Amino acid sequence: MSNPFAETKGGAKRAEKLGRIGFGIATYMIIAFAITIFGIITYQGLPTLFNSDGFNSEFLTESPQTLIVLKEGDGTVHKVSFSNIEKWKADNPEIQIEEEKRFSYAGGGIAGPLIGTALLVIICMLISLVVGISAAIFLSEYARPGNFLNTIRLAILNLAGVPSIVFGLFGFGFFCLSRWLPVLRYDRDFTQAEQDAVIGFFRIPFMDHGYVSFEGWGTSLIAGAITLAIMVLPIIITACEESLRAVPKGFREASLALGASKWQMIRTAVLPYAFSGMLTASILGVTRVAGETAPIMFTAAAAAKATLPGAESNNGGLFWLSDLLTDSVQAMPYHIYTLAKLPESEFTKPMQQGSIFVFMVLVMSLAGLSVFLRNRIRKSLKW
Amino acid sequence: MSTQEVISSPIITLDDVSFSYDMGKTNTIKNVSFDIPEKQVTAFIGPSGCGKSTLLRCFNRMNDLIETAKVTSGKIEIMGQDINAPTVDAIELRKQVGMVFQKYNPFPKSIFENVAYGLRIQGIKNKSDLATAVEKSLRGAALWDEVKDRLNSSALGLSGGQQQRLCIARTIAVQPKVILMDEPCSALDPIATAKVEELINELREQFSIVIVTHSMQQASRISDRTAFFYLGELIEYSDTTDLFSAPKEKRTEDYISGRFG
Repeated sequence: MSNPFAETKGGAKRAEKLGRIGFGIATYMIIAFAITIFGIITYQGLPTLFNSDGFNSEFLTESPQTLIVLKEGDGTVHKVSFSNIEKWKADNPEIQIEEEKRFSYAGGGIAGPLIGTALLVIICMLISLVVGISAAIFLSEYARPGNFLNTIRLAILNLAGVPSIVFGLFGFGFFCLSRWLPVLRYDRDFTQAEQDAVIGFFRIPFMDHGYVSFEGWGTSLIAGAITLAIMVLPIIITACEESLRAVPKGFREASLALGASKWQMIRTAVLPYAFSGMLTASILGVTRVAGETAPIMFTAAAAAKATLPGAESNNGGLFWLSDLLTDSVQAMPYHIYTLAKLPESEFTKPMQQGSIFVFMVLVMSLAGLSVFLRNRIRKSLKW
Repeated sequence: MSTQEVISSPIITLDDVSFSYDMGKTNTIKNVSFDIPEKQVTAFIGPSGCGKSTLLRCFNRMNDLIETAKVTSGKIEIMGQDINAPTVDAIELRKQVGMVFQKYNPFPKSIFENVAYGLRIQGIKNKSDLATAVEKSLRGAALWDEVKDRLNSSALGLSGGQQQRLCIARTIAVQPKVILMDEPCSALDPIATAKVEELINELREQFSIVIVTHSMQQASRISDRTAFFYLGELIEYSDTTDLFSAPKEKRTEDYISGRFG
């Protein structure tokens, strides 16, 4: 008797096999790319973190500076950072230097860019989370469905599609440049009273120390952080709104049926259960913000900076904070960009490769942390 | 509709109530008038889409959540007050008119916190007051003995029937006058259903209960009075025993004998 369930020969079978192979290749290719990239960066960058004495802590605690390479007649090479050169020369008067070469950015470490990026990310996330979560709550809980809401959504979507360099230039013009509103500038000079009236409108007094205004901040931490915040807002709003909507309707109904006001309902029966999604969104936002170069290159970033942000200020308390916010900073992505433009040499390479390696590890651990935290919160909050 | 006897002490009075989900274009509930007695169990029965759940959700203004939904005509009075009057605060109304939902929906919090939720919302912070109220409510919902040793463990670890009784405990903790139940047993197995029904039987002494149910057997087991709805109209409303033993309307008889629905 013949087998009624025997395999039939035909196109469907072949397509099945081909499809499987095709999809498989695509998947494995991504993995291969990822491993190759991470592998090369690790292989090249990891040695920078170690020197003959073991762990090279200087790389993480010193700021970038010029490296001076001194060559003796017999070919012995000494590498000395710019800040140490006088001391080194005083300590080693016997050494006869034949040749002295300078390599920008090849000495010191990356402490400045790391701190700058951390500050940018922290301030940017503070701003974008407050605004983004508020907007998400409004959109998901309060706004009435209709044309208005659709328009807002379209605007958010469009904002997400704006290239980051556009945000950068916008931020530069809006926050950094000191200027008159163009329309007021045309025909004549303005009297002091007129200037005060107009500028006063756009400036909010900040203690007695100065003004918080939307113009004329110069290249500053706050201008970069706000520009980054505007760039990342659509992502935060969309993700937070989704996590709010994912909270079951039953929680809202139960809360309202027990006599909760709308805000009580949102606070006690919605936000706690949207938290894990919001956390993931914000950490993904952090990784995005930390990696962006274009929005900060005009607004906040300095290629070279002798001191850490805020270190030059002699003020205390809030005044120091204000000085810090209006100070320019170095930032990791911009620093890597600067390093990448340097002419290639064996002395700058460790700095280039080490910076990229540390930056990649940082961003990857942030992403990993977000997954880890999300899973932990989900475990404790299952429904 | 059949003529109905006057109820001496109604807690809910409906006078010519119509309700629409789409700003009055079509009425989901059509000119319904009847009285719901105090401290009794009143069951709403009828085929799916007949408007019984919709009407139930009018009593605590849960339909306020839907922008286009409104009572288009008539008056719903609870404890003598028109609940759709502009001076009525839906939040205050819901403290007096509690609701238990079809799908049990405890919060993913501890058993204690679930029951204490309504009280915390009202600003009660005193720990011993809360503990007393939680114990009283859990006893009232016949759940105390089952959960007293694990008040701080998650409510989601309870069985379905226990979760639904927890939701009832959560509702009675606020001490409402009326408890609305929207098919409270439809997600439960027969044994859990029996326990909830037993509980409803005990609660009728303190609360006025309105229950929507798909099960005619359930309506006949637990309710004092039964209203039969069909296509948004109230077809028949009388004592449960009368309605099931001697329905006056042909459609009621057809429905309860299983000829449609």
